[in-house]
Amino acid sequence: MTHSDRIEFSQVRAGDLARAVATRVEHGMRFGGLVASAEQPAGGGVYALLLDQDGIQVLVAHIPPGSSTSANSGMSLPSLTRSVPAAEWYERKIHDMHGFAPDGHPHLYPLITAGAASAPSYVSGEGMFTIPYGPVRSGVFEAVEYLLETPGEEIPSLDVGIHPKHRGIESRFVGATIPDGVLLAERIEGVASVAHAMAFCQAVERICAAHVPLKAAHLRVLHAELERIANHLDVAIGLSEAAGLSVANARFGIHKERVMRFRAQLCGNRFGRGVVIPGGVEHPVSSSASGLLPVLQGLAHDVLSDTEAALGTPSFVDRLRGTGVLDTGTAKYLGSIGPIARASGIAEDVRVDRPYASYEELGPLRPATRDSGDALGRMEVRYDELDVSFKLAAKALGEVAGLSGSHLEHLEVHDGRSIGWAEGPHGEILTLVDIEAGRVKSVLPRTASFHNLSILPRVFRGDILTDFAFIEASFGLSIAGASL
Amino acid sequence: MAWIMKGLREGIVTTRYPHAPDGYGASWRASVTRVTGAPRRAGDSRPDDIVGNCPTQAISIEHGEACVDRGKCILCGRCVTARPDLFRFDPSVEIASLERNHLVVGALPENDLNLEIVSSELAKRTKALRRSVHIRHVDSGSDGSDEWEVAALTNPIYDVARLGIFFTASPRHADLLLITGAGVEGMREALALTIEATPEPRVIMAAGVDAVSGGMIAPEGGIGRLLPVDVWVPGSPPSPFSLLHGILIAVGILSVRTGAQRDGAEISQREQSDRGPSRDTDGER
Repeated sequence: MTHSDRIEFSQVRAGDLARAVATRVEHGMRFGGLVASAEQPAGGGVYALLLDQDGIQVLVAHIPPGSSTSANSGMSLPSLTRSVPAAEWYERKIHDMHGFAPDGHPHLYPLITAGAASAPSYVSGEGMFTIPYGPVRSGVFEAVEYLLETPGEEIPSLDVGIHPKHRGIESRFVGATIPDGVLLAERIEGVASVAHAMAFCQAVERICAAHVPLKAAHLRVLHAELERIANHLDVAIGLSEAAGLSVANARFGIHKERVMRFRAQLCGNRFGRGVVIPGGVEHPVSSSASGLLPVLQGLAHDVLSDTEAALGTPSFVDRLRGTGVLDTGTAKYLGSIGPIARASGIAEDVRVDRPYASYEELGPLRPATRDSGDALGRMEVRYDELDVSFKLAAKALGEVAGLSGSHLEHLEVHDGRSIGWAEGPHGEILTLVDIEAGRVKSVLPRTASFHNLSILPRVFRGDILTDFAFIEASFGLSIAGASL
Repeated sequence: MAWIMKGLREGIVTTRYPHAPDGYGASWRASVTRVTGAPRRAGDSRPDDIVGNCPTQAISIEHGEACVDRGKCILCGRCVTARPDLFRFDPSVEIASLERNHLVVGALPENDLNLEIVSSELAKRTKALRRSVHIRHVDSGSDGSDEWEVAALTNPIYDVARLGIFFTASPRHADLLLITGAGVEGMREALALTIEATPEPRVIMAAGVDAVSGGMIAPEGGIGRLLPVDVWVPGSPPSPFSLLHGILIAVGILSVRTGAQRDGAEISQREQSDRGPSRDTDGER
């Protein structure tokens, strides 16, 4: 059943925010995260995002001007983390960026403003040592720091540092024009450009009460699904590389490159950039779309034949089974999202729950799920989703070919605030957009990568150092999107 | 066994670049260039609109002519849409340069003598690396897309190992540091330590507009303000072919195109692909 797409903003006193959020979570709402807007002349705000079938509730705590200029300002809010553990990273970030001290936070140390060197040690005992891993590490990876505390083999404690590549993209949004806002949104998570552009544009379109033509909606689905395919293939590459399954690694590499080239063939950009804009899309697929369908179907055939072969490779599957388990209870408790949540038995997918673009028109969709919660489950969910994404992309492409009419409608920019959402390749994206005087006042993206990366340390239960690469790859997150 | 058969059935998918031009690319946007035969003077247009329209200030008017700084251009195409008489997309992937100011298309007549000096000095430094280049990648604050394109170099389609190019786990074994991202605050120390750990002779490559100029993200500049860069590869992100071109000119496997050749306005696409193999001075081995 689809959820309501009602969005309700309600004001709460800063001191009451934690209690108000905790009460709602107790009553079954999902904690979506906390975001905060930068200090502005009129003061800043902390926004708590809560979701259920009846819509999205945004609790806004206004922070008066001058109260948050430094970490020593003395401004404190009661901490939410003790009652809602998923808030841990959010409160650390808000403390770093805006100086509000969460009173009673159990693990308050810098997340954004300082490296992992400032992290406390969680485990002590004979023979315990810490392996600092990153930000420069073997292979071509995004910069991130891992601190592994270990007696030699097991990993009783892992800490993740996202300080190294913090770019401050949220502050770059302030004062941007709407078209520049799209370009910035595409760079929140470069590998999920389409999903972020969609979340941003849908928020803008909701504020401006704009209509998006069906043809544009189909084209958005097409590009978003190709983006998901590329990302899921990237995870497939990472897992087969970790397992030393060279031929599978090479083949998934070929498939991903072909998908990237197909995307470039459609719009001129390998990452689908420049396609989604407020009011519709640019670079519509030309009327010769019929020639594209066989290419897409050929790709689907090749990819699915290889995912099937991977699942039939016992040495590979055995390596993933039981590795990095996130059980359903913990996944729910921590509000995990995206393929990671679905692999832990949580049947949530934004495309199903709050359908956007033309997902509703393209027919019924069921979230792919597994109950195992391990690296294998996360891989199987992605393999299932590859199949679904290829079908959706082909269907959208077929629909576009049969549609005449516009792919872009003029959009009159109004002031206001709203939220846009999308099921990005890494999970649910929620983007809070505030427009003032025709320009961006603030854009606060809540990425799936940030939320899920904070959960990563919790799945190391009896897993050992050699499991690390598999667990990390099976999470398949974007560090750019986590540190912003 | 199933995997071996699958692999064999696929046949050879690897590009022949740089030994032969690669057909891929005609359909997409690798860089922005000036239109051939564009009016030499932009007096008839409204230069402020042309310049102000660009989100990264990549366009400037020099001596009445519109110039595009590819080191700043994020390929959004706004200028191409607004002024197709002045700008167009160029699918040529060979856009890397040894000098930052050579990324500006249509600027002052280039000093080819200077480029020759830079080029020969770099060639002297990298002579020993030519047949075996080990690359250490460092992310200094990218949006994540650059890493995908760098990682693609090792897939069977680009397979840079065939050219003696390898990625290495440690900077201590590296000849070339391939740096993505704008050199954000949090990566400065790690960047400095990585360079210190890399033995001489070494080559430093700025990959992508974020690294070259900061792009949309860091208007204060890219990594050039933090360390001495030898090779500049524009693109947002640069395609695997552009990255490969950058690596090949860095170690002197490909020679650098001279100013007249490099200005996309002066050569047509056809001529460019015809010239492809002849540019390869030391490639066949």
